[in-house]
Amino acid sequence: MIPEIGQLSLILAFCFAILQGTLPLIGVWKNNAMLSNLAVPAARTQFVFIAITFICLDYSFFANDFSVLYVASNSNSHLPLAYRLAALWGGHEGSMILWVSILSVWTMAVTLFAKSLPETFRIRLIAVMGMVSMGFLAFIIFTSNPFERLIPAVLDGRDLNPLLQDPGMVFHPPVLYMGYVGFSVAFAFAIAALLDGRLDITWARWTRPWTTVAWVFLTLGIAFGSKWAYYELGWGGWWFWDAVENASFMPWLVGTALIHSLAVTEKRDAFKVWTVLLSICAFSLSLLGTFLVRSGVLTSVHAFATDPRRGIFILMYLVVVIGGALLLFALRAPKVGLGERFDVVSRESMLLTNNVVLVAATGSVLLGTMYPLLMDALGAGKISVGPPYFDTVFVAIMAPGLFLMGLGPLAKWKKASLPEIGSRLRVAAVISFVSSLLVPIVMGKLTLMTAVGVFMGIWVASTTLILLRNRIKTRRVATPNLIENLKGIPLAFYGMLLAHLGIGVFILGVTLVKGYESEQDLRMEKNDVAKAGGLAFKFEGTQEIAGPNYVSTQGTFTVTSKGKVVAVLQPEKRFYPVQGSVMTEAAIQPGVVKDMYVSLGEPLENGAWSVRIYIKPFVQWIWAGAILMALGGVLALLDRRYRIVNKKAALAAQDLQEAYEV
Amino acid sequence: MSRTAKFLIPLALFLIAVGFLFKGLFLDPHEVPSPLVGKPAPTFQAPVLSDASKTFNSADMKDQVWLLNVWASWCGACRDEHPILMAMAKTNQIATYGLDYKDTDQEAQAVLDTNGNPYKTIATDANGKIGINYGVYGVPETYVIDKAGVIRYKQIGPITEEILLTKIVPLLKELQR
Amino acid sequence: MKKLLVIFLLIVNSVFAGEAKPLADDPVLEARLKALSQELRCLVCQNTTLADSTAPLAEDLRQEIRQLMREGKSDKEVVDYLVARYGNFVRYRPPVNNSTALLWFGPFLLLIVGGFVLFRVLKKHAIGEDIQPEDE
Repeated sequence: MIPEIGQLSLILAFCFAILQGTLPLIGVWKNNAMLSNLAVPAARTQFVFIAITFICLDYSFFANDFSVLYVASNSNSHLPLAYRLAALWGGHEGSMILWVSILSVWTMAVTLFAKSLPETFRIRLIAVMGMVSMGFLAFIIFTSNPFERLIPAVLDGRDLNPLLQDPGMVFHPPVLYMGYVGFSVAFAFAIAALLDGRLDITWARWTRPWTTVAWVFLTLGIAFGSKWAYYELGWGGWWFWDAVENASFMPWLVGTALIHSLAVTEKRDAFKVWTVLLSICAFSLSLLGTFLVRSGVLTSVHAFATDPRRGIFILMYLVVVIGGALLLFALRAPKVGLGERFDVVSRESMLLTNNVVLVAATGSVLLGTMYPLLMDALGAGKISVGPPYFDTVFVAIMAPGLFLMGLGPLAKWKKASLPEIGSRLRVAAVISFVSSLLVPIVMGKLTLMTAVGVFMGIWVASTTLILLRNRIKTRRVATPNLIENLKGIPLAFYGMLLAHLGIGVFILGVTLVKGYESEQDLRMEKNDVAKAGGLAFKFEGTQEIAGPNYVSTQGTFTVTSKGKVVAVLQPEKRFYPVQGSVMTEAAIQPGVVKDMYVSLGEPLENGAWSVRIYIKPFVQWIWAGAILMALGGVLALLDRRYRIVNKKAALAAQDLQEAYEV
Repeated sequence: MSRTAKFLIPLALFLIAVGFLFKGLFLDPHEVPSPLVGKPAPTFQAPVLSDASKTFNSADMKDQVWLLNVWASWCGACRDEHPILMAMAKTNQIATYGLDYKDTDQEAQAVLDTNGNPYKTIATDANGKIGINYGVYGVPETYVIDKAGVIRYKQIGPITEEILLTKIVPLLKELQR
Repeated sequence: MKKLLVIFLLIVNSVFAGEAKPLADDPVLEARLKALSQELRCLVCQNTTLADSTAPLAEDLRQEIRQLMREGKSDKEVVDYLVARYGNFVRYRPPVNNSTALLWFGPFLLLIVGGFVLFRVLKKHAIGEDIQPEDE
């Protein structure tokens, strides 16, 4: 019964999505208030029905209803409750339900928080969101129904893939989807603005906070995913340039570019065409990612089971949504004005240069991801494009951008002087150069890669601090008190500092772990001691333990430093009987300076085990950097001007001035 | 370029990408074509299954068209393919030789005893070395080798009736001429 | 009693405590194998490197590479050996040739052309009377 209610409410949600996506647009066009007023109630009703669908499906997981095919394929009665509930998004059908659920959360948020928008604009915005939802609901209903019954029901399910039975499974997908589905709002803003002919400062100002929220989620989502891979896969990798990872990384890169170009558009009413194109591209890349993951055109470790019908459906949908958007862009963009003037060297031009770099970097990821398909389609043979390619090309393209990151924020709006910026950054250059030699020497090995990496990381971080000092200095005349001075600086400025600092921290983490990680493959008998990174790892033997739905062999390693115990690590080798698969659970002692990472390999003769011991210096900085970036986004969102917008109060001239200084 | 044409560039690029994606839907990313097709088949000598005193020498196959079918008792897809191989053997038109890949003689023989033996001779490749030389990455795999000892076709995965009739048989007819 | 047990265990432990041995006979060769196989793709599981794959074929291939390295083959010769058997598919670093030129140089071209176009547009955008910097 419950699955049927879910099925029915899914269909009803689809009907309301159609309502939401079509009639209000006609209403705005024909000036019919009755039709256009349907937008908000239709969107909210759709939200309610999608919520019911979601709850029904998750209830089926909760109640172990193995007469539902999807539940039977992705869950098991012995699966712990949290994973059972998260198993909803463990397969293709359910993750599509998560997709539309999150889309409708975003739509609901738009109906609640975007009240200050002009009426026609707001209606168009909601209608565009309805159209996006319509396509995905149709996709679910016609090709990927999660409520399909399994008759006769099976006694127990085939279990969730053990690889996914991890706390990461509970948080990572929803946060990640919040991110890349969230770009649908920026997309809808762009389409509504193109339809409305309202491509101006106010459009940019409205789009900005929504884009930032989505970007924050996406940043966190990618970071979670990377952390998960780090401890789950048993060999401490954190990024593989896999097609699916790239699919979430490309929207992030374009989203980052978008945040920066929105700054220019908001301030100068300029480069609107470019900004609107980026808004379209960010979401288009999210959609492309969905296609790549679910159509089976690319091989990926994360790929869902594939069905060509699904591929054709999503491709048609891409043509309608992205093709339609780009066509509308081609028709309307030529009429958009140029906006205020600014100099070739200015904050504005720096922000746009950042865009060129990020777009070229996205280009490298896109090319690398699609190239095997391209070659195959042209009959030119099969090739693989993997980490060595991306590590070379992507990094080489980003490097000049990172260098400019130090310069950009110091440039004055409208017109800047390069020599002046240069003189302010002399200290940063010296610090970076010295540390690029010093840090590798302290770590024990100097190579070009580590020197350049450390230089970039310290450069980005130190220029950011100089930026703050500079800000304080210029404000000192008006507010001599340091606390008052610091308080008076807009939160958005701090947000930018934090996000940029995060990039620096991230680069240092990547450089140091790549340059100085150590790895040992050992044969260890009970009581054997291994030495790594100045520590002694003593193997205390193994014991059998029983988990809720697995049995496990757990090894114990006591880690001592100069005779003092610093950590006890218990890596496991788990056997999940339902799927008959063995999972390696590494044991990690995280630290600011280094992680100790131990994973069990295979049992050898005489009770010995093959053991891998890694020392991963500064690896946590990678995720710390990402969290700083996300926090930066949050600070920017808390900035006063957004609160004022939300209170529907007009932006006072003074606030506007304050806001512009960021 | 006119002002409007410039704004059509993103759409054009997108449509090109769609073209490739559409084509991609009908390609199998898991299939890795062999670079050995069109090249001389690696020669090998290997003990014959269940009769280690005899040796199979691929050089002896010169001047005839033959099929080398790589299989194993542990391979499920091989069992699916087996009836087709049996049918091929019945025609007496196709010389199919087996390469028993990473297997034990007992287990392989047991499978043949139950299901029938479609092979003229079976060479064994217990450690998978011959497999590596032939670029085997997933059994079953079948190589069509011509009179000059050149690999003319490689089938990755089981031979189906369709593949047999549309690809292998016409090729064999041409090669045997 | 407990104390005695602890002391006993400590003695036993110290007697049996041994140095952990590297799994491989030749760690130098193993490191070389590791570095090289990280750039190679496992054919069976497909999206894993040869270094990290647990598939039997991957183990065989690693063994084969060890053998080749012991015979004194260079990394390039090892890669060529595999490419001759499995094609360029095994290389995660695609070779630079006519058909991959776009892959390797396209992004840089995009960067240069993008930079050039931006510069032109900015130049055009800035034409007119002198622009004054905006004070913060």
